[in-house]
Amino acid sequence: MSKIIEGLKYSESHEWVKVEGNVAVIGVTDYAQAEMGDITYVDMPDVDDEVTAGEEFGALESVKAASDLYSPVSGKVVAVNEELDDAPEKVNEDAFENWIIKVEMSDASELDALMDAAAYKAQIGE
Amino acid sequence: MSENVNNAELQKTCLYDRHVALQAKMSPFAGFMMPIQYNTITVEHLAVREKVGMFDVSHMGEIFVEGPEAEKFVNWIFTNEIRGFEPGKVLYGMMCYPDGGVVDDLLVYREFTPEHFLLVVNAANIDKDFAWIEEHAKDFDCTVRNESPVWGQIAVQGPEAEKIVTEVLGYKEAADLGFYTFYDTEYKGKRLIVSRTGYTGEDGFELYTSVEGTVELWDRLIEAGVQPCGLGCRDTLRFEAGLPLYGDELSPEISPVMAGLGMFCKYDKDFIGKDALLAQKGGEIVRKLVGIEIEDKAIPRAGYPVETPEGEEVGVVTTGYHSISLDKSICFALVDKAYAALDTPLCIRIRKKVFPGKVVKKRFYQTNYKK
Repeated sequence: MSKIIEGLKYSESHEWVKVEGNVAVIGVTDYAQAEMGDITYVDMPDVDDEVTAGEEFGALESVKAASDLYSPVSGKVVAVNEELDDAPEKVNEDAFENWIIKVEMSDASELDALMDAAAYKAQIGE
Repeated sequence: MSENVNNAELQKTCLYDRHVALQAKMSPFAGFMMPIQYNTITVEHLAVREKVGMFDVSHMGEIFVEGPEAEKFVNWIFTNEIRGFEPGKVLYGMMCYPDGGVVDDLLVYREFTPEHFLLVVNAANIDKDFAWIEEHAKDFDCTVRNESPVWGQIAVQGPEAEKIVTEVLGYKEAADLGFYTFYDTEYKGKRLIVSRTGYTGEDGFELYTSVEGTVELWDRLIEAGVQPCGLGCRDTLRFEAGLPLYGDELSPEISPVMAGLGMFCKYDKDFIGKDALLAQKGGEIVRKLVGIEIEDKAIPRAGYPVETPEGEEVGVVTTGYHSISLDKSICFALVDKAYAALDTPLCIRIRKKVFPGKVVKKRFYQTNYKK
């Protein structure tokens, strides 16, 4: 049974969003990291890159496969979690603690299209 | 390579129930429902490199060829030279189409009975291979039989494989086998072939016997604590050892010469595809298979483009990983032959970024075969 945190927003492609003012902190869910297996590399954008809701912004790589990351919101990347460059396995250890990027949102209303914890729980069938 | 298949049509090996009981992650492969991993791919990979692991390879095909002209026939369809190779020996090579493309890569076992051979072929190709073999056997005085469904096979691989096979299973004679040799014995009244072969770059054995016997041997190996290993690490292991996978590095479009496997083609005999391969060897090829190492942890995957530092696309990745044993991002790639020399700078485009690298030897890992 995977961990789900109340109060976060969730995308269908298994990203979570924590809203801090106008900034969206984005990571992948515990369910996603468990499905991926051992994560060996996190491909992240650069600070100041623009990301668009629903579009790819990076990828998680396990031994066997790459899995694209989709941005739940649009805006400008204001931070990337550089710790993951040397320690991508941190995503496996705690997917909610180890965020991937922070985005300054250009349209906060996009958050309304995301799921709450209960809806996400239903989506993954738990 | 993954295929879109209806699960209902998938075959199961004799060990299917064991994999499910071990809670393996199962996935379709080559028409069979196969275990991808039981633990993590890394744990299983390292078990084989450092101790011992075992694989269910019962999906592989066993085709027997017998008769007065069996040797002559096998030598006609097989790229390697089987004349003069002794009973109890195993030889690797390919069957090719007249244009040099590959029908399959396979092992040929010369049995202890004269004019008897066992051909071990890839699971995905059993039907195609058997049809090919049957068609060409018509011109020779020999019979061919596809016995794939009644044989199971377990590969026991790693530095402790000899200890397991001789001490746990009790096949003392296995210690005397050199790499690519085999001997015959019996298990529960059925033939058991103990073969010192494998697909991991480590010492090891492949045990062929009845499906019932295979299940019993598997249980005994599990009881002895041997790590069950899935197809996930089978691919990472064979890749590091520089071994090709049919469908990725060999195919109807990728000949042995293009794949750098010309040493398994012998031109002082006649065989199907010889003229085309000789012409390719003489310079008529466009692309060659190379190893490429990149200076980053990003992972080159099959299908990603290979580019020159100037940005010209000159090839494509066939298999790639962040190597578990070497901690490097490496791949096999088919590239225009002008860029195939060692140390040639080449880049891999991975999603939106381009990662610089260079051509390296395909055998990334120092193999540890029994001499």
